[in-house]
Order: sequence, then C-alpha cells, then structure tokens
Amino acid sequence: MRQIVLLKDIPDLTEIKLDSRTRAPIVEGVKRRISEVDKRALEAAIRLKEKVGGEVVALSMGDDKTKTALLEALAMGADAVYIVDEPGLRGVDTNATSRVLEAAIGHMGDYDLIVAGEMTLDSLSSQIGPRLAQLLGIPQVTYVKELDVADGKVRAVRDLEDVDEVVEAPLPAVVCVVREIHEPRIPNLMSIMRAKKKPQTVWAAEDIGLDAAEVKALSYVQVTSVTAPKVERKQVKIEAETVEEAAAKLVEALTREGVI
Amino acid sequence: MSFLVFSEDRELAYQLLGKARELADEAGDVVAALAAGPEPMEYLRQGADKVYTVDGLAGFSVEPYAAAVVEAVKAADPSTVFMGATKRGKELAPRVASALGVGCMNECSGVELEDGELVVERLTYGGSTVARERSTSTPTVMSFPPRCFEKLEPTERSGETVELEVDLPEPRVKVVERREKPKSSADLESASIIVSAGRGFKAEEDLRLLEEVAETLGAQMGCSRPISADLGWMDQWVGISGKKVKPSLYVACGVSGTIQHVAGIRDSQIIVSINNDENAGIHGLSDYSIVGDIYEVLPALAKALRERA
Repeated sequence: MRQIVLLKDIPDLTEIKLDSRTRAPIVEGVKRRISEVDKRALEAAIRLKEKVGGEVVALSMGDDKTKTALLEALAMGADAVYIVDEPGLRGVDTNATSRVLEAAIGHMGDYDLIVAGEMTLDSLSSQIGPRLAQLLGIPQVTYVKELDVADGKVRAVRDLEDVDEVVEAPLPAVVCVVREIHEPRIPNLMSIMRAKKKPQTVWAAEDIGLDAAEVKALSYVQVTSVTAPKVERKQVKIEAETVEEAAAKLVEALTREGVI
Repeated sequence: MSFLVFSEDRELAYQLLGKARELADEAGDVVAALAAGPEPMEYLRQGADKVYTVDGLAGFSVEPYAAAVVEAVKAADPSTVFMGATKRGKELAPRVASALGVGCMNECSGVELEDGELVVERLTYGGSTVARERSTSTPTVMSFPPRCFEKLEPTERSGETVELEVDLPEPRVKVVERREKPKSSADLESASIIVSAGRGFKAEEDLRLLEEVAETLGAQMGCSRPISADLGWMDQWVGISGKKVKPSLYVACGVSGTIQHVAGIRDSQIIVSINNDENAGIHGLSDYSIVGDIYEVLPALAKALRERA
C-alpha cells in the first residue's frame, strides 16, 4: 500500500511574539516545525505501514526552509519527501494550493491513501483535504480518530459532534485525522542520522506541469490583516488572608457584576 | 450582493439567513436558501426570498450534499454562499468551493460590509490571532459556526419554492455503525455559567469539588483538553479544537491557560481563574483571579455560594 501524507511546516506557535505596536504576530525568523496535527497524520500513516506494509511518502508546499523542517518526517519513518517550492506561489489561498498539490500528486505515481491533518494550526482552514478529494474525484473521510485498511477499504471511526461514526470507503481515498488519533513518535538518534540519507525531491511549478502565474490567478482569498485581539480583562487579583475570605470576596465581586 | 444559504443544521441555517437578510437589505438584493429536510416554507418565514428543494437528500453524506449545494449555487447564481460551520459543514464547504473552483473562508467568526465588499474575521495561529480576509471570486463560500448571528423573528413573507432536479451520487463512504455520544456536554455552548477543570485536578474523583460549585451556581461543567482527550474524565473539552463557549461567567479551576483553551473562552463576559501557580497564564487573562489551591478554594467557594442563597 502506498500512502501520501500532506505536511505543512509552520512557525512554532509557542515561539511567536507580538509586535507591541501593531499587535501583529512576528513570524519572521521563528523556527518552523511540522504542524502538530499533520505530524499525527504521519504517525497514523506510519502505523498503517507497519501493519500492512508498503510505502509512506510526504508531500508539502513550502520554501527553502521546508527541507530542514521535513527531516523530522523522514526521521519518524517517512520513506521520501516531495516539496513544491515555487517563489511565484508564496502565500496563495487554499483553492490554488489544492491545485498545486493535485498536480504534484499526479507526478508521484499510484497511491492508495492520502492522509492529512484535520487542519494546519497556522491557517485553521480545514480545506485542503476535502478540496483534494473533490479535485481527484475520490471519497473523503474526515475527523478520523481510528484508522485501519483491510480488503481494499478504509475503515475509520469519525469523531463528529453528536456521534462517533464507523465508516468504510473504497481506496483510493483522502483521510483527514483529528489530534486524538495518536501521539507522534519521537525519533531516536539512529533514525535522525538515517533521515539525512533519505530522498528529498524539490519541484518548481514547471516540474509538475504548472504555470505559476496561471495558478496564482486562481488564488482568490486575501488576508488583509492578522492581529492578536487585545485582552481587555479586569485582571483583579483577589487578596485575602484565608481561603474563606477569598471565596467571600469573589462571591461579592461576581454578585456586583450581576453574573450570579 | 445576493446570497445562497445552506446548513444541514436547521437552526444554524436560520441564523445564517438572519445575517444574509440584513446584508442583502442594505444592498436591496436577494437571499435564497437550499432546504434541508421538510417544511421548506419555513425558510421563507426566516428571511429567504426563494427556497430550493432537492428530492432524496437523506442523512448527511458529503458527496450527495455537495452535488445538491453546487446545483443550488448554479440555479441561484449568488455572489456569496453562506454555510454552517458544523464539522459536517466544514468538510462540505471546501468540497463545494473546489467543485465550483472558487474561494472559501471556513469557520469565520463574523462578517461585515466594508466599501461594498464582505470582509470576514477568522481565528488563525492556533487561535491566538484574528485574521481579516476577503475574496475576489464569484461566488465565494463562507462558513460560520452556530450562534455567530441571530435568527429573525419569523414573519409571513412572500417567496417561491423551486424544486431542483439533481442527480445525487451514491455516497461512497458507507456508515456501518453510529455510536451516540453522551449528551452531558451538549449544552456547553449555550450555557450561561461554566465551571471548568484543568490539570490541577489530581484524580477523577476530585471532580466532585467542581460539581459542588456547579450545583450551587446551576452551572455546566467543562474542562481543558488533557482532562478529556488524554485522561477521559469528561467527554468534551473547551478550546479551539473542542467547544467554543460564551457564558456570562467562566470559572477556570486548575487550568493553566494555553492559547488553545483561551481561544475557546474569549467571548465569555467574566472570566475567573483559580490556580495555585501565580505565574499561570490564565491569571493575566481573567477578570478575577485567586492564587490558591483548588482543593481548598473550591470547598470554600461552594460554602460561600450556599450561604449567599
């Protein structure tokens, strides 16, 4: 079985600081890591490979830093990495990105499963998996918290609001996993050393038969600003000698606020 | 500026109709809806000028639903498609957008008219920032979760219903079993008071301390992600990947205040934090904070609340 895992390297969210004047996040120079849910998608794919055999290859759209960030995927157990690095397509929207990934997948040979995270944590858009399924004309199985493949079918448990749905779908299919599926493994030193010898292929748009300008014209959504909302909380610290006194003061304050 | 509204969740569809009606009225334009289920006329009472129906749309499955929405978009020719950002809606919206080859902004928290264009707000960077976004495609798909907008007071309005002929594809994803989830947390999103547990609780049975406070306040109980996802003490958590809540009072007990958790409680009117770590991030994000041990403060709080009543 051959699995393609979609990965995105994003700025480490715990390292992002705010510009004190504009309240915009400063992402320049912040170390990039594979988005957390994507890493769990990779873990799920590697576990399936360990069970049924085959190959796990990772696909990403990124830039010159992506190669370094994706070494972690190779260390975890991916067999190869493909990166589309096209300066003419930086910051394009999900419509254009999904067209690029569709074209890249067309150059990656046969596949049985495309595995992705429910969302990447930078954009939180939850779009790429369903968009690719539509473009490739294959089923999508989203919010997957348990994943298995047998008899040419995906069998999964989907985590919806009101119900856990156990579903089956024919291969090939797109699977989007939720965070709960698995903790990602931490590669050991041997795996990290071996990762550097595994193949990483970098493509420009023309290598996968695309004209960057044409694809860019399909990017419709523009982000006009990103800011951290100001926290306008009262930040009253309740000081008291005893917990009873603290509790009484809190009840008094909440009564005054009219919320109890 | 014309709209097509669809959500498989009827209440959410009505809320979206309320907002679409308001925006369309400013520009003197029309609002259409695609009906999910029976009684399509109700969409007219809720603000639609026209309602489309598709025969054979049964229990939700993304492929036939996408086909139906795409046909409704072709029939209504709207500039904007409003969809519900339930989990099902969030997987449907981008599939529809790709079938149409257009832009999509998923799970927006609001929308406004700015110089004749719709601008949405969405959380980004793990929920720590708000992005303002707009799209140049026609149509553009936007999705919104429940309770972003209020539905209208239903009124008798004139309007038409149109039945669409859609060749619905057979769903390839087959549901072989449905396991209903316990209902206990279903009311979290609409609760007016929530008390919630974080990692400060050392054992599952200690949650009774929180229960006592919840009972005196008539509050719902919530928790942070680890309490639910890792320990399984409660079924659903509050946060960006869990429930987003907007109570009048949120009491965070033994919660550290990760970005993901705080993004889920941002719209609370008053936030209280109780945590023995004076450096816990949650304190700086609260209206009132007590630096103290939840094992001592919660019983005292329950007692003070009982004495008040």
